[in-house]
Amino acid sequence: MLKINNLHANINGKEILKGINLEIKAGEVHAIMGPNGSGKSTLASVIAGKEDFEVTEGSVVLNGEDLSEFAPEVRAHKGVFLSFQYPIEIPGVTVTNFIKTAINETRKAQGMAELPAKEMLQLIREKADLLEIDRKFLSRSLNEGFSGGEKKRNEIFQMAMLEPQLAILDETDSGLDIDALKVVANGVNKLKSEKNAVLLITHYQRLLDYIVPDFFHVLYNGKIVKSGGKELAYELEEKGYDWLK
Amino acid sequence: MELKEKLVSSFLAFENKGNIDLDSTVHALRLKAIHNFEKEGFPTKRDEEWKYTSLNPLLKYDFSLFPNAEKSVGFKNVEPYLINDIESYTLIFIDGVFSSFMSETTHEDCDVCVLSSALARPKYKMIIDNYLNTIANKNNSLSELNTAFVKEGAFINIPKNTIVPKPIQIINFSTGSEKEVLLQPRNLIVVGENSHVQIIERHQNLSKNTTLTNSVTEIFVHKRAIVDYYKIQNDTDESSLIDSTFISQKQQSVASVSTFSFGGKITRNNLEFYHEGENITSNLNGISVLNEKQHVDNHTLVDHKSPNCESHELYKGIYADKSVGVFNGKVIVRQAAQKTNAFQQNNSILIDDGATINSKPQLEIFADDVKCSHGCTIGQLDESALFYMQSRGIPKKEAKALLLYAFANDVVEKIKVPQLKTLITKIIAKKLNVQLGFEL
Repeated sequence: MLKINNLHANINGKEILKGINLEIKAGEVHAIMGPNGSGKSTLASVIAGKEDFEVTEGSVVLNGEDLSEFAPEVRAHKGVFLSFQYPIEIPGVTVTNFIKTAINETRKAQGMAELPAKEMLQLIREKADLLEIDRKFLSRSLNEGFSGGEKKRNEIFQMAMLEPQLAILDETDSGLDIDALKVVANGVNKLKSEKNAVLLITHYQRLLDYIVPDFFHVLYNGKIVKSGGKELAYELEEKGYDWLK
Repeated sequence: MELKEKLVSSFLAFENKGNIDLDSTVHALRLKAIHNFEKEGFPTKRDEEWKYTSLNPLLKYDFSLFPNAEKSVGFKNVEPYLINDIESYTLIFIDGVFSSFMSETTHEDCDVCVLSSALARPKYKMIIDNYLNTIANKNNSLSELNTAFVKEGAFINIPKNTIVPKPIQIINFSTGSEKEVLLQPRNLIVVGENSHVQIIERHQNLSKNTTLTNSVTEIFVHKRAIVDYYKIQNDTDESSLIDSTFISQKQQSVASVSTFSFGGKITRNNLEFYHEGENITSNLNGISVLNEKQHVDNHTLVDHKSPNCESHELYKGIYADKSVGVFNGKVIVRQAAQKTNAFQQNNSILIDDGATINSKPQLEIFADDVKCSHGCTIGQLDESALFYMQSRGIPKKEAKALLLYAFANDVVEKIKVPQLKTLITKIIAKKLNVQLGFEL
């Protein structure tokens, strides 16, 4: 599904990603771990198309299509979803209106008619229940005054609504207490299928107890220095990142 | 001939044409006003209050002062500019002349009619004598110019204990009957004790010809009365507006003025509130959404003279292309005005590099037990918010619009006439060139 080939990316002339190779197939869950500043969030942003980063070499290919020329919204329409580490507050736009706009713009781009209001409402309720989100929450301004946990839950709610092919969860576990973590993990697990894939970005083991990846990668200084199965995660847990240097 | 000379020399002819009673109050007012105007002339950029707005581009025109040959205008021409889906009283003026057949006036529970008839009838003499030009700022030479030629406009007189059942729309149309036209509407509004009225005012040019409107409105709000006043400024690029609105409030009254500026070449809004009693509330709201070379200057004054009053001021502006915004908000809290709460906020977003906002909060506080605050922000669209929205599939253009909508929304939310709220939302959407699937 996703193929990243020798990806190099700069911000303000400084190279952050220095040749990333990664392949993710449908139905898989991958975890990228690594110390602070290793380039994890940059990788997530580059896949989603953030314009601050300049891709100098390599490619990001989704279902055989090179994404590099596409704007972030086009990538979203093609099935990429990024759950933000720090979701942005947008005063004056309610959660409901925001997600309605996102859904209908995506449908429009895919040549589909707008979702009828009644179905939209049903879908919103169903997904809100899945994430144990209070209905009242939906009429609040997006992320404004939300707690850390509420913001993350709201991210996964949007993911549930948009049903992406590739979900990138950037530090979704940070700022969550254990109960919220369980709800979020449970939501992600329920949304998981043979047709989609998940890329988890984290530097803690914690989330991985609830969402179990098939593959682990260690990102260090802009490169994937090690890949493996569960045993790699345990090794990291035990030794930290120092032994990689 | 320069415009000033032309105006001064036309004064006699104007007065003679009106068959004016030389003993009347109005004659005295006009005479004094034309002298003041002759002395002061048009303001220039040397004048501190006009530092950021020059009238020079307008003064070069050879304005026709008394347009008479109005082009034939039918209801279908004016209809698009009326809020049609509500019951309302309407006062429609075409090139400064009242159009009775397109208007809906009343004298039943209150007077919603025109100043020319109020000036002519003995019945209204007392109101004219007591109110006309009593709060208009005599240092404002443009207001004086209007007074010199005072003749026509809305006359709204609400007796006490009256809830006006429907909003009043005042619309001044210009038809382009002549190449360059100067219009000077004058509105007088008296709202009695415990009464309530909603008023919507609009100026609209129906042609591509040049129009300058120098409008003056005086509003008297008596004890416990409530006035909601809305100004829609969405005129053509050839139209300029100088609006001076003066409001006098008695105790426990609530007066709210919302100014929505979306169009026109040069727009100057002078809005002044004077408090004459305790426990008064004044609300000043504004939204400007400008592009190309549009210029809007909002000059406001709240004069707190009595204790225990409050004022809330919120102006938001979105400036694109080479547009220019000016905000000058003056709040005076006089020594007697203890326990005043005065809040002022001016937030602006500059979308393009060529756009300008000059924002100047001015607080003059002479009392020591007051709560006053002012805030002023000038920013750009939040790029990280745009990326966030794009990453959810919302295209950049729509994402921008959504952010701008949200920015303006807390002012839009204050509109108490639902149909007007819809109209303003639509105008903003059109200005931003987007369609959103919902109303905020």
